[in-house]
Amino acid sequence: MNVRSQQPETVRTVALVGNPNSGKTTLFNALTGLHHRVGNYPGVTVEKKEGALVLYDALEVRLIDLPGTYSMHANSPDEKLATEILLGLSKHTPAPDIAVCTVDATNLERNLYLVTQLIDRHVPLVVALTMVDCARQHGITVDTAALSRALGCPVVPVVAHRGEGLDALRAALSNPVRRNGHGPAWRLPESLQKEWLRVQDQLRDQYHQPLSVASHEAIELLTAPDPATLNGGTYDSAFVEQLRRNIEKLDFLGIDRQAAFVESRYDWIRDVIARTVHTPELTSPGITDRIDRVVTHRFWGFVIFLAIMAIMFQSIFTWAAYPMEWIAAGFDALGHLVESVLPAGDLRDLLVDGAIAGVAAVVTFLPQIVFLFFFLGLLEDSGYMARAAFIMDKLMSKVGLHGKSFIPLLGSFACAIPGIMATRTIENPKDRLATILVAPLMSCSARLPVYSLLIAAFIPSTVILGFFSVQGLTLLSMYLFGMVMALLMAWVFKKTFLRGAPPLFIMELPAYKMPSMKTVLVQVWERALAFLKTAGTIILGVSVLLWALVSYPKLGPGAARAEQLAHSYAGRAGQIIEPVIRPLGFDWKIGIGLITSLLQREAFVSAMATIYNVEDGNDTRRAGSLHEAMRRDIDTSTGANTFTLLTAISLMVYYVLAMQCLSTVAIVRKETNGWKWPLFQIAYMTALAYGATFIVYHGGLMLGWGM
Amino acid sequence: MERTTKTPVSLSSLSPGDDCTVTGLQGVRRAARQRLLEMGIMQGVRVRFVRRAPLGDPIEIHLRGYRLMIRDTEACGISVTLDHPA
Repeated sequence: MNVRSQQPETVRTVALVGNPNSGKTTLFNALTGLHHRVGNYPGVTVEKKEGALVLYDALEVRLIDLPGTYSMHANSPDEKLATEILLGLSKHTPAPDIAVCTVDATNLERNLYLVTQLIDRHVPLVVALTMVDCARQHGITVDTAALSRALGCPVVPVVAHRGEGLDALRAALSNPVRRNGHGPAWRLPESLQKEWLRVQDQLRDQYHQPLSVASHEAIELLTAPDPATLNGGTYDSAFVEQLRRNIEKLDFLGIDRQAAFVESRYDWIRDVIARTVHTPELTSPGITDRIDRVVTHRFWGFVIFLAIMAIMFQSIFTWAAYPMEWIAAGFDALGHLVESVLPAGDLRDLLVDGAIAGVAAVVTFLPQIVFLFFFLGLLEDSGYMARAAFIMDKLMSKVGLHGKSFIPLLGSFACAIPGIMATRTIENPKDRLATILVAPLMSCSARLPVYSLLIAAFIPSTVILGFFSVQGLTLLSMYLFGMVMALLMAWVFKKTFLRGAPPLFIMELPAYKMPSMKTVLVQVWERALAFLKTAGTIILGVSVLLWALVSYPKLGPGAARAEQLAHSYAGRAGQIIEPVIRPLGFDWKIGIGLITSLLQREAFVSAMATIYNVEDGNDTRRAGSLHEAMRRDIDTSTGANTFTLLTAISLMVYYVLAMQCLSTVAIVRKETNGWKWPLFQIAYMTALAYGATFIVYHGGLMLGWGM
Repeated sequence: MERTTKTPVSLSSLSPGDDCTVTGLQGVRRAARQRLLEMGIMQGVRVRFVRRAPLGDPIEIHLRGYRLMIRDTEACGISVTLDHPA
């Protein structure tokens, strides 16, 4: 019955487990190279990473990288998943034959806590002692042989980024040693120890739980506030009654059950470390403390934070512009090539104007995603990200979020897609969802062309206070407006359906280190790939559909583009939705712009250019004529101008708030594992956009700004 | 009974640079208590109050050879005695 307590003869699956920041990812990358797959575990938004690990005897085994975890007593979906897989309770992932636990040699005490839990649960184990190079620099020496004897499992020192110790680790995995049967060496208070063993035995006999599960479950039962509620009430009343009586006795003896299970381990760890590790007395504050004095300073801390953000944005907006142009040019060339090869006709138009143009529109964002994740990777791997959360937490707590939500929201200024992908660092599912839901309200770079066009055409270029141009201030206020609405909506969501206890914010501040380029680049690669996969499937289909809507039904061959557009399904849809958008001050031409914006917001500019018969609205030489045409256009049904200053402002307000980005919808669906939240997001953002635009337009009319 | 000179105070009331010894986590809500224990904050452990975040919350503490940030809400529930009373 007890299979898990013995080492299996052949190893097929190896799980990599360890504390966050313990060098787990670096070790995973070193062991698998780039030969790994990234996906999602079914039903939860936890990233699943696995790769092939070649052991000494050329045997290839599966290496599963479990999410970083501090404890088997799960505190987040990530940790819950790791616990379930390690205990063999997962439906989709088999129990590993052996687990490699990364233990940071510079932070042994806390890292060994998880190891004691794994030993308790009889998980076959090899300890990989990481960061031994850092430990050496600090004068920390570890007697690995003695540590191995104390833990009862192999301990292999590794320097993963230099490849040191990897062969020894493979060897340890190839020849797993049979763990001797004695139980854990740490001692609980005697009456608690007895009860733990009693419950464990009963779970095995009566409920046929494997040893590892029974041992884990017994601890959970004995530390739960009310054992009856655990495991969905699968235990019978006699079992629960007995347990409850015994717990009362323990409480009467003054035993703090919750603390005892933790304290006994830490006492034992202290003792083991005293025997096996030599740590020199610190004479001067370490490099990390010296950096932190500046980085978390009440003045310089914010200056540095803002400077880092400024550089990040600068790179996303300007540096990424070059590769974006190359990609656009590449797709243009591809389009021309297809045009020259295929005869004119619907198939050619479908390929060039539908498929290629649509995918190009999305893939053009790839450089921004690469840049954002490159910077985020550097910040994360160097240890700065935790400091950013440290200094921003107070602000974010005002809207019910915490420090970790800040970076994804900021990243959404470039593009909501990488921003939403970056929310994976937030452990609490409700906080993460709230962040995902409001991220698209941050004005992304795709709105910029729309703002630019409308501001240049309708906002006077007056300079006030000798320095600020009204145009610049308008642009700034659109960004601020989006940000304020995002925080406001996060607050609303956290007060209503995402209500929960104030988020637990207990976060480690890892020591600073030189970021590993390999770790950063691998992460960029994974994110870019995930984005392209989405772009390649859903977006392609939608682009083709949208193309069909603006191209059919066809007018004769000699028809002008503007007439063709008006005649198309999209054009008719613009006219159909006119009654709906009329209260916002928009006519059917703007309606066409809104519909074509569904694929990407900047399509508004080209739609306007088409409608007003200007070849390219982005061309500066012709841009003037587009502005002129838009300013002069008369709405035939009312006899008034189609665009006024007020219409332009209303339209910008609409673009700030509306969810007009199918790529974002696709990513939200992927990240939340279903259609529920993306549909809700579309609904609330559309309602918000409509409501706000209505108020702005009618407020403006009442103030007499309509002319 | 001899009156002890070391009266327990809340971790939140300390100043940067103070060293203290934890005497209990009685004031911490249950969900946070488990995690704080597991991160090594328990009776008898020595903790250094390193600094407050620029806006006053959270706080950074140093224990068992590593750095941790916790919010003031949690720090308020942790009682400690000062090791080197000022």
